[in-house]
Amino acid sequence: MAEKTKSASQKPQVTQPQLGFFGMCRWAWTQLTTMRVALILLLVLALAAIPGSLLPQRIQDPGRVNTFLENNGAWGTFLDTIQMFDVYSSVWFSAIYLLLMISLVGCIIPRTKQHWKAMRSAPPKAPRRLGRMPGYAAFTSATGEADTREDADQVFLDRAEARLKKSGYRINRRDDHVAAERGYLRETGNLVFHVALLMATLTMAIGSLFGYEGQRILVEGETFSNSLVSYDSFTPGSYYDADNLPDFRLKLDSFSSSFDDQAAGNQFGQPRSFDAKVTTNSEGKTESHTLEVNKPVRINGVGVYLTGNGYAPEVTVRDAQGNVVQSGPQVFIPDGGDGGYTSEGVIKVPDSAGTQMGFVGVFLPTATQNDKGELVSSFAELRNPYLVMSGYTGDLGLDDGVPQSVYSLDADKMTEMTDDSGNPLIIQLAEGETQDLPGGGSVTFDGVKKYIAVDISQDPTQALMLISAILVLAGLGLSLFIPRRRVWVRIKDGNAEVAALARGEDPMVGRAVSDLVKDLRDPDPAEGQDEGDVER
Amino acid sequence: MDVNTDLAMWSNQLIISAMIVYAFAMIFYAFDLFGSRELKTAKTEVASPAKASAVRRTNRKTATTAVLDRPGDDESEAPVEKSRGNRRRGARIGTSLLVLAVLLHASAVLTRALSVSRVPWGNMMEYVLTATTITVIVYLVVLTKKDVRYLGTFVSGGVLLCLGLAITVFYTPAAKLIPALDSYWIAIHVPIAILSTSLLYISAILAVFQILKSVYETKNPKWLRFMHRLPASDDLERSSYTIAAVGFITWTFTLIAGAIWAEVAWSRYWGWDTKEIWTFVVWVIYAAYLHARATRGWSKTKVAVLNIIGIASVIFNFTVVNVYFNGLHSYSGLD
Ligand code: HEM
Repeated sequence: MAEKTKSASQKPQVTQPQLGFFGMCRWAWTQLTTMRVALILLLVLALAAIPGSLLPQRIQDPGRVNTFLENNGAWGTFLDTIQMFDVYSSVWFSAIYLLLMISLVGCIIPRTKQHWKAMRSAPPKAPRRLGRMPGYAAFTSATGEADTREDADQVFLDRAEARLKKSGYRINRRDDHVAAERGYLRETGNLVFHVALLMATLTMAIGSLFGYEGQRILVEGETFSNSLVSYDSFTPGSYYDADNLPDFRLKLDSFSSSFDDQAAGNQFGQPRSFDAKVTTNSEGKTESHTLEVNKPVRINGVGVYLTGNGYAPEVTVRDAQGNVVQSGPQVFIPDGGDGGYTSEGVIKVPDSAGTQMGFVGVFLPTATQNDKGELVSSFAELRNPYLVMSGYTGDLGLDDGVPQSVYSLDADKMTEMTDDSGNPLIIQLAEGETQDLPGGGSVTFDGVKKYIAVDISQDPTQALMLISAILVLAGLGLSLFIPRRRVWVRIKDGNAEVAALARGEDPMVGRAVSDLVKDLRDPDPAEGQDEGDVER
Repeated sequence: MDVNTDLAMWSNQLIISAMIVYAFAMIFYAFDLFGSRELKTAKTEVASPAKASAVRRTNRKTATTAVLDRPGDDESEAPVEKSRGNRRRGARIGTSLLVLAVLLHASAVLTRALSVSRVPWGNMMEYVLTATTITVIVYLVVLTKKDVRYLGTFVSGGVLLCLGLAITVFYTPAAKLIPALDSYWIAIHVPIAILSTSLLYISAILAVFQILKSVYETKNPKWLRFMHRLPASDDLERSSYTIAAVGFITWTFTLIAGAIWAEVAWSRYWGWDTKEIWTFVVWVIYAAYLHARATRGWSKTKVAVLNIIGIASVIFNFTVVNVYFNGLHSYSGLD
């Protein structure tokens, strides 16, 4: 560890005038693999990760990035050029962690070699002056029953050896001393930790190449079958073969949600349960599941996760001739601004006789009038469902070839419907009601269905990631808490010395020495004479 | 839905009572730390039994002088503390009060949990409530091993401040969990996160003391005179490091458990959500801290500064990120 840095800095410094290309490379490599540079890279990595939390990110919410760009002009464009909206895939962020990984490799390899050697070689012999060690004690040992002084010393060393072996030390017995070392697992743990970090990073990179992620909205009664066309959005990894999606079907039988109408203050109206009853069908097997927020349904290596839900009012639109031109549930998106699930939605009617029609509006699950007399939703459950919309006629712009969101209406080429007095028409419907439209035709609010939004994803590397994570944790535990230390017990003419040196953090060196001394001292304390403190 | 509002009210009452007791504990501790000047001239002749044999130390031990505790000499510490042990009445009263306060405090957590029949960390208020309890408990546990009563002022003070925030800005009425939090992972991920926060907080106070003490040791300015009775800065550094190392492991666990939970809840284990970003930033800062400690050329003071930056990022992660940043971790209970 510290030794590594030492040897790196003791290498002949690059003072030669003709450094050359390889010299440069070697110099860069030496620098990159020092602790100091690793440390700086770590600090830079921490700093570089921060902007992604301050600015909207495309991987999270591309919509917010666009809004930001629209509102910030040149400044926004500048930020975009330096990849501030894609921080975690940006060139500069990648450069930092790649350098760190290289640095990591460069530090793991030599340390592994060194450690391998250390594990197979005997503990080094005692330095001449033991008194300098952080743990040290000296005392005299009596001859006891041995014939000569030398024999007594050897008996003493035998005892020391046995005692140290019992405490898990590796022993190197010399003429006049025992050298011992323990805690090799500390360095092993540290290496495991660093290798596992490398593994985790690689796994993450690979996972994003070979997996995919998709979204889908499902209204009650609808069935999803796993193929590309069934997805509302689909993001495959670069090497994902989207033609071979695992085969299965999933039907949303029903969805139930409940919200808190008892709690006080800001807890009123908070969601309490979301349960989706689903039926899956794969390889001829049909199963029922309850899909919940923290309970994905896993099927054929694919996970289906409940990520959202809302209401889909069923609306029937008739044209001037009385033909049904649109019917069925229309997904409305909760705007998230209140606890009442006020939801926004759009109904597009391209096929009516005469002109195309479009409706924009809000759905209120529990409509109530607020102090100002406005209609708002005061609760998220369906207690007094209400649909409030405005209507447009004209060109929906569906044939322009520009892809449109189904949740927004481009009213540029449309005119708003008006009532008899020329004011904008407000369509306001309770469940079961019908309202006639000014140019003929009508809108009926038939009922409400619920829908869920699911994420569907596959990541073949999850198991590997879990293993890496466990290794990170295990390695860290060993590397931080296994004390590694060397101990020497020396005796000459009955004068015994015990010394210990911690390698890495070890608050217990002193204790180790005093415990050892206690065990090695002659049974009768009157015999031995104190020549120093047990711990310096 | 079955929330026992009586119990919840009791819980609030208990918080207030605990706060009052914490306030007194803080005052007594502060007296002990900053107040008792006269201790500097305490005679310490009849110190510990170990002294009897250590003849060569006698003159140092018996000196009646303002520089009794030679900086960096931790051995002279123990006997001195012992001899004036009964004089540290402030600290002893402080600790007793702290124990009383934490009992009230723990009862507040318990009644809160019982009132909603679930784990008491469903929103920021409850998180703070539990985290502060754990902080005091961690402190008391450390206290059984080492005399760290000099931390008392900042433990009780910090807890007092946090509880004050908990019942005002973070206040959230008792209620059931939202579905996003309703998972057994909350019982794994959150308590370990709380424990990490407590450990890192205590480690950070030690780091601050370490810096002050090393200033005291080198420059000996007047305003730091109260530092004389603290252990040597190297000792403080070691305690701070040991606790931070444990905290780093628990934080690593928090991060991993969080990633597993994220996979269960949001279909991916890592998605650079704001909370994930900051948990990562905190983790990297503490990794840097551990590295810095093993890197030559980094003074202990500089390393301690990294520790303090670490706790600042933990606090930032909990407050600013929860309340102001957009993200999936919608548990603040504030909106
Ligand atoms: C060139 C790259 C690296 C080198 C030379 C290096 C070297 C070391 C060394 C020598 C230690 C032992 C310090 C000690 O025992 O106190 C250590 C510990 C540690 N390293 Fe690294 N490391 C590198 C990269 C990384 C990276 C990329 C991370 C991850 C963020 C990391 C995280 C840690 C942590 C958390 C410890 C603490 C464990 C301990 O103190 O034993 N290291 N590293």
